[in-house]
Amino acid sequence: METKLSGSISKSFAVFLKDIKSELRTRYAINAILLFAIVTVFAVSFALAKTGGKIEIILQASLLWIVIYFSSLSGLAQSFIKEEESRTAVALRLYSPAGPVFGGKLIFNLVLLAVMNLITIPLFSVFLSLEIANYPLFLSVILLGSLGMVGTTTLVAAIISKASVKGALFAVLSFPLLLPVLMMAISGTRKALTPGISFSAAGMELQVLASYLIVMTVLGFLLFDSVWND
Amino acid sequence: MGLRLILDGLAKSYPGRPVFSGISAEIEQRKRLVITGPNGSGKSTLVRIICGFVRPTKGRVTFEIEDQELAPLEIRPHIGLVSPDLVLYDELTAFENLTFFAGVAGLHFSIDELSVRLDRVGLHKRGRDLVGSYSSGMKQRLKYCLALLRDPKLLLLDEPTANLDDEGKSLIGDIIESHNGVLVMATNEQTELRYGDEIIRLDQ
Repeated sequence: METKLSGSISKSFAVFLKDIKSELRTRYAINAILLFAIVTVFAVSFALAKTGGKIEIILQASLLWIVIYFSSLSGLAQSFIKEEESRTAVALRLYSPAGPVFGGKLIFNLVLLAVMNLITIPLFSVFLSLEIANYPLFLSVILLGSLGMVGTTTLVAAIISKASVKGALFAVLSFPLLLPVLMMAISGTRKALTPGISFSAAGMELQVLASYLIVMTVLGFLLFDSVWND
Repeated sequence: MGLRLILDGLAKSYPGRPVFSGISAEIEQRKRLVITGPNGSGKSTLVRIICGFVRPTKGRVTFEIEDQELAPLEIRPHIGLVSPDLVLYDELTAFENLTFFAGVAGLHFSIDELSVRLDRVGLHKRGRDLVGSYSSGMKQRLKYCLALLRDPKLLLLDEPTANLDDEGKSLIGDIIESHNGVLVMATNEQTELRYGDEIIRLDQ
């Protein structure tokens, strides 16, 4: 017999599969994200060409997260905005409970950001001579930072999707909420790029990122019902 | 289980513009309410209020099943809606749309079962085509297929025969006549007033 939890998980998965299918057919979000990410990486690498590719580690870490942040802003709101603009949100509200919609959109945005990271980070490594000293730490920071970013932006995207000035509002609302993630992610990435620093040296950054991720995801599920149905 | 819809003193106004006021009605199982009036008189707004998508300025909408009042969100699984406000995914096929909405509503249908339902609205040969390639009349038929998917106790129809040919209109007539629950229809087609057991006339 299907429990309420397993029912919600399978409904979330249905929303996710629908979004993936739609995205593969329309390329509504992925094109915006990848175009922004690739152009930004190239622009940054050209701007820093005179340094011979040798820039300070803290600058590399900051630039990497600036690229990830702005690229994600250009695409992660699209799944909700598209539902409102194409007026499919009415049917979705009528047929689906709120939780699975948030769950499905969260997984979809996570996959979108993972694809973006898989393309952006290798490009960034090549063009900005990124030398990763501690791979487990680097991957942990990227994973936790991305998850925290997705949890926050998915909820903000739902809030702004009914507004008339979506793009500006998304950036304005997201930035203060994402500031702790960006600060900790930049600090953790700097440590991962610095030779001789152990995994445990970034314990504080990883703890903050993990706590933020848990808080924002739980808050997202709790608040989404009001955001979606009001 | 019978559904009862109670509209109690509903009023809606936007800043500086009253839309309607003093709308009251009580609709029992197997009864039909027709809302009519000129463009801009608030027919669609009243349907949205009944659906729970818009809040009234005054008054309330109550749903009762076996004298038990339902919370506003509890009625949603019992609603079938056909409206210009409701749009299906153009980038999915009819089968994919129906399977998706059935899935998130907790229902499971085989392709054969969905084919029978699409056949009922005259779309079974186009079930694997993208909805984006449909004409506006075919999209309207597909909305009926979706609205009837979970055998709704409350069928809400806003402009029910919009974009439909004569065969489509006749098909919708059959659906309206055979519906066993409460039916609310917003229309300005005079010929459709005959479906109403109760008629609300909104003036601009």
